[in-house]
Amino acid sequence: MTGAQVVGPVGEPVACARGDDGGATVDAVGLDQVTDALLRRFAGARRSEFRQEVRVCVPRASLYDALYLLQQEWGFDLLVDITCVDYLHYRGATERFGLVYLLCNTRDNLRLTVRAMLSEPDLTVPTVTSLWEAANWLEREVFDMFGIHFAGHPDLRRILLPPEFTAHPLRKDYPLQGRGERHNFTPLAREDG
Amino acid sequence: MTASQDYLWTLNFGPQHPATHTTLRIVLTLDGERVVGAVPHIGYLHSGFEKIGEHLNYNQYVTVTDRMNYVSPMANNVAWHHAVEKLLGIELTPRCKYLRVIMAELARISDHLLCVGAMALDVGAYTFFLYGFYEREKIYDIFESLCGARFTNSYTRVGGVLHDITPVTIEKIRDLIRRLPATLADMERLLTRNRIYLDRTQGVGVLSASAAINCGATGPVARASGVTRDLRKDEPYLAYNDFDFQVCCARTGDCYARYLVRMHEIRESLQIVQQAIENLPAGPVQVGADARVGLPPKSQVYQTIEGLITHFELVMPHRGFSVPCEEVYGAIEAPNGELGFYLVGDGSHVAYRARCRPPSFVHFALFPRLMCGHTLSDVVAVLGSLNIIAAELDR
Repeated sequence: MTGAQVVGPVGEPVACARGDDGGATVDAVGLDQVTDALLRRFAGARRSEFRQEVRVCVPRASLYDALYLLQQEWGFDLLVDITCVDYLHYRGATERFGLVYLLCNTRDNLRLTVRAMLSEPDLTVPTVTSLWEAANWLEREVFDMFGIHFAGHPDLRRILLPPEFTAHPLRKDYPLQGRGERHNFTPLAREDG
Repeated sequence: MTASQDYLWTLNFGPQHPATHTTLRIVLTLDGERVVGAVPHIGYLHSGFEKIGEHLNYNQYVTVTDRMNYVSPMANNVAWHHAVEKLLGIELTPRCKYLRVIMAELARISDHLLCVGAMALDVGAYTFFLYGFYEREKIYDIFESLCGARFTNSYTRVGGVLHDITPVTIEKIRDLIRRLPATLADMERLLTRNRIYLDRTQGVGVLSASAAINCGATGPVARASGVTRDLRKDEPYLAYNDFDFQVCCARTGDCYARYLVRMHEIRESLQIVQQAIENLPAGPVQVGADARVGLPPKSQVYQTIEGLITHFELVMPHRGFSVPCEEVYGAIEAPNGELGFYLVGDGSHVAYRARCRPPSFVHFALFPRLMCGHTLSDVVAVLGSLNIIAAELDR
């Protein structure tokens, strides 16, 4: 916690939850330590930085292991977001999809972006719902919008679009207008009617 | 539900229901009056905002962000351009930073006022809601005199804001700062020690600190559970380093704690607004015309050739900003939690990908976990305390 004063809502002080780790003092972790460990452990991982934002691109085969390591050993306890980018028309892109995991270590206040690239036909990656519960709906949205399958997900259904929808609209080969609009669907009738 | 549990009832809550306030649906499984299962179905308001973000330029898209969390559109505007300016590498002028802080904090106040008001309304405290809504109207008045729009403000621009603040608006904000504490005291007298309200909210929808982090909760929902994370302190953006304010936390993690945290945050936000409005730096509100990033003020456009050229360059398609082929994630502490945008620039005048990280989406995923074991009447209390805004949920 960087200098935040913590008060209880009715005025009495409340202990900092982040400090409640059983009295054990753990050394603060630096982002360089984390990325060095990742690069040593996973061959083919690449580190990049832009506007003080540190990203690590890991090979898709070691995606789960890297995330597991980050959560279990480096304290990245908050999964901020999972999203995906379709690089179909992106200049110089060699792979189709880039999966993005935004992680945060709330104890040491670190942010790390983990990326993995995938291409068709194999669009399956392991789920991280066992590590962060937050991944459940976030992975469902990526599945809904991009058609990436998360192996082992407990409930991989469409989340925003209706189940009868067939396309994945945030892919770049899906047009802004003209497909999947309201008039393409027949109105539902009452079952007893 | 197994065959031996055929005594369980299934109840469809929503998509149209007064207590959902927007359009969302929950399928509840009930054992008598007790909820044993809750399955949220969302997507009724899905409008493809992220797809639209790939077709509108960085200034145009701010109108779409208004329609995400429409309870506090100003905060969305600030969040969007915070991410855009991070991508483009623009450093704002001090006055612009202060103005954005003021507007984001006013948005937080109005969002919290509606959230605690609507939650109280759902559990039966109607007067409290009206007190809150009256002050919300005053904040709308401030926004109206500032940018002409009450509801969909679209106030921010790349490298600046739409208009500089006027003395009339400043006076209106001072008036709000003078009056709101008395209203807050009235509101708290109505509810904070109200026996009925305590019975309806204490111990309902309890979320532990570890579960809050693991489920990705942020903002007041996480802070009510004892997570001391606040991006305004942890990753100070804009000018938050200049202000003296406290992060409000509670420990119990129930609906009542979320109410208390929000009420306390309104007071802290008022303090920030007061400090900002009294110390508002002088100077321009836009990044200068030379930087070629912010739309110059109209006086410059009509009277100087540099202003005219900059305006032309920025509004014509395929000229516009110089955008790096890079990806950034920029987030702010919105009233509801961490509101971030993941932007991919490809050198053109529109974003290649404009992902919004909506706090409501992550918080609504908590709902089944918070709900199980409570009674049907607690559904509205939990729903209200999470402050689910369906337009942000579905985007």
